[in-house]
Amino acid sequence: MSIFSLAITVLVGVLFFVLFFHLSNFLLDYFRVKTSKNFAFENSIRVIIFIAPAFIVLFVFIIYPVFETIRLSFYDKVGENFVGLFNYTWAINDPDFRRSIINNLGWLIVVPTLSTFFGLVIANLADRIWWGSIAKSIIFMPMAISFVGAGVIWKFMYDYRGPGDQQIGLLNAIAVALGFEPQAWLTIPLWNNLFLMAIMIWIQTGLALVIFSAALRSIPNETLDAARIDGASELKIFWSIIIPYLEQTILVIWTIITILVLKVFDIIYAMTNGQWQTEVLANLMYDWMFRGGGDSGRGSVLAFCILIGVIPILGWNLYRHKQEQKV
Amino acid sequence: MKKLTFTSVFSQLLLLLFVIAWIVPTFGLFISSLRDKDVLAISGWWTSFTTTEVNEIYRTKGKEGQIKEGDYYFIKSNLFDENQVKEIYRFGITSKNIDEYEVGETALFKDETEITVFENGDYVWKSKEEFKKKKGKRIFVSAKSPPSFTLDNYKEVLLKEGLGQAFLNTFAVALPATLIPLIICSYFAYALTWMKFYGRDLLLATIIASLVVPLQMCLIPVLTIYNDFGALFGVSAKSYPGIWMAHTGFGLASTTFLLWNFLKTLPSEMIEAARVDGATHYDTFIKIVVPLSIPSFASIFILQFLWVWNDLLVGLVFLDKHPSEIILTAKLKELLGSRGENWEILTTGAFVSMTVPLFIFFSLQRYFIRGLVAGSVKG
Repeated sequence: MSIFSLAITVLVGVLFFVLFFHLSNFLLDYFRVKTSKNFAFENSIRVIIFIAPAFIVLFVFIIYPVFETIRLSFYDKVGENFVGLFNYTWAINDPDFRRSIINNLGWLIVVPTLSTFFGLVIANLADRIWWGSIAKSIIFMPMAISFVGAGVIWKFMYDYRGPGDQQIGLLNAIAVALGFEPQAWLTIPLWNNLFLMAIMIWIQTGLALVIFSAALRSIPNETLDAARIDGASELKIFWSIIIPYLEQTILVIWTIITILVLKVFDIIYAMTNGQWQTEVLANLMYDWMFRGGGDSGRGSVLAFCILIGVIPILGWNLYRHKQEQKV
Repeated sequence: MKKLTFTSVFSQLLLLLFVIAWIVPTFGLFISSLRDKDVLAISGWWTSFTTTEVNEIYRTKGKEGQIKEGDYYFIKSNLFDENQVKEIYRFGITSKNIDEYEVGETALFKDETEITVFENGDYVWKSKEEFKKKKGKRIFVSAKSPPSFTLDNYKEVLLKEGLGQAFLNTFAVALPATLIPLIICSYFAYALTWMKFYGRDLLLATIIASLVVPLQMCLIPVLTIYNDFGALFGVSAKSYPGIWMAHTGFGLASTTFLLWNFLKTLPSEMIEAARVDGATHYDTFIKIVVPLSIPSFASIFILQFLWVWNDLLVGLVFLDKHPSEIILTAKLKELLGSRGENWEILTTGAFVSMTVPLFIFFSLQRYFIRGLVAGSVKG
């Protein structure tokens, strides 16, 4: 398609929604003037106009699909015949599924921990150094780029050539310079998972960093100064004042990255597609969505497993929201 | 400046180490995208700033080029293509001894012909007999090549590999997929904050629950709806409006939540005063709330735009892979599969896909960070 036709499509799409709100409210005002002033009726129409589009979208794309996916997990591959727990027993006995669960657990432990840790350390360092804001920008930058783009960047870092050849991947060049054999990093089972996780850590540290930076500024200077006057070392201040103060923030960052990691798809799909024992739930789910014409039952079971992972966080968020509403 | 202490030097070094570790991968990709593809395939990008020594194989011309001068037959030509800038310092004629001769020296082949290779690649091949073979001989050269960068890869990728079209497609997906949720959700968030209606709290709780629902839970049913819809009306199940609405759906909860978070900080007296003066909710929304919300609109726009621009999964599921619909990330993934060893295509393609996010990042970083922080700390 040409630029022109794309632009027209885009314009029509956006205008449709602008006009919907404008015209419906205009009509409501028009009839309000004509008919008697029934405020309650007018208000409820207005509420419907304001809410309806968003609610319909929410229902069609989130609420209904969640329940439908749970229903489908008890049905066969085309979603027509009830098969009970068959898809679940299949999953438990499937080696790919087991591998995915183990890998996902690994991702869940390593990535949020290291991202949060690096973010916290860098935020602390950067706050006290005059070129800290430039450093923060640089470390934050990977947040802006896509997982696939990051995948290409790191695939290039991990590139492998035979032992005699010039290495063009930086990691192997370093390995060779230090006197080791070059390695095809992404094909070494178990270790390759760590090399994939490194990409996610590289991206998510920036997120942790900016949130910690904002939170650090809220620590009262008097507290820190008092500790310094009493002769506490910077390390002591870090462990005894800053960490306890940031407890809530650490928890929030942890949950955000955990949710992201549970859904990790792009990196695996682009780099290994689950080969060499790097399979994860999201990639396996995508695979079953289309493999052999698609198996909605198995795909749904896998999606449901990801949902189970986020349910504790979901509960915690709702609880915190309730507490906040009370205040 | 503060005085230099051990701690401050140590922190500076540590931070520098982090910065280097974080910037080097992207920097390497960028430099590689600017290098000549032949050089890129055989040497690391870090060698491109210095004059490098490379060993290469060329072939001389065959019998067509020969001329007769006196008793001898000559083939005179240059080993390099037109635009190569290299300086030969040694050469050889057998693979066992590739740097046997200095430039300017004369090497003797088994068939008693002689060749002299010069620094700039010129060579003179001399024979008593007429040259009979069509194919020339292999010449091994050790050359120095000065740093050189080119935009050829970008031309190739944008025009021949179809990334230019994918770039436009991504815009056509990302702009509406950002603006539509922003429009819908601003009304929604207004209603959640300032209008009283039955079930408001339940709706808010649903939004907060939806924030963390994994995308994967929604894909299969939504795809089924699209397929049924497509079959019913005889249109393709994969289309631009389809993916706009999908992105709207998946981004709705977070957009609404961020806006709601912002709107509830507005002073309620102001809204109530407007209402008492007889303004409808629509007037209040358009004339008071929207102008005040511009900065938070900017933050949310950036977050959602980057999310859509960088998305792969939704694009794979709800758009076709033919050239008029494929988005950048899907195209890049396709290239990773089909051109896995052509690093000039991959590095350049990746960088093209990163241009818009990087531009937004460097120009609007403040809004980007504000959005991220608002979405996390407040939650």
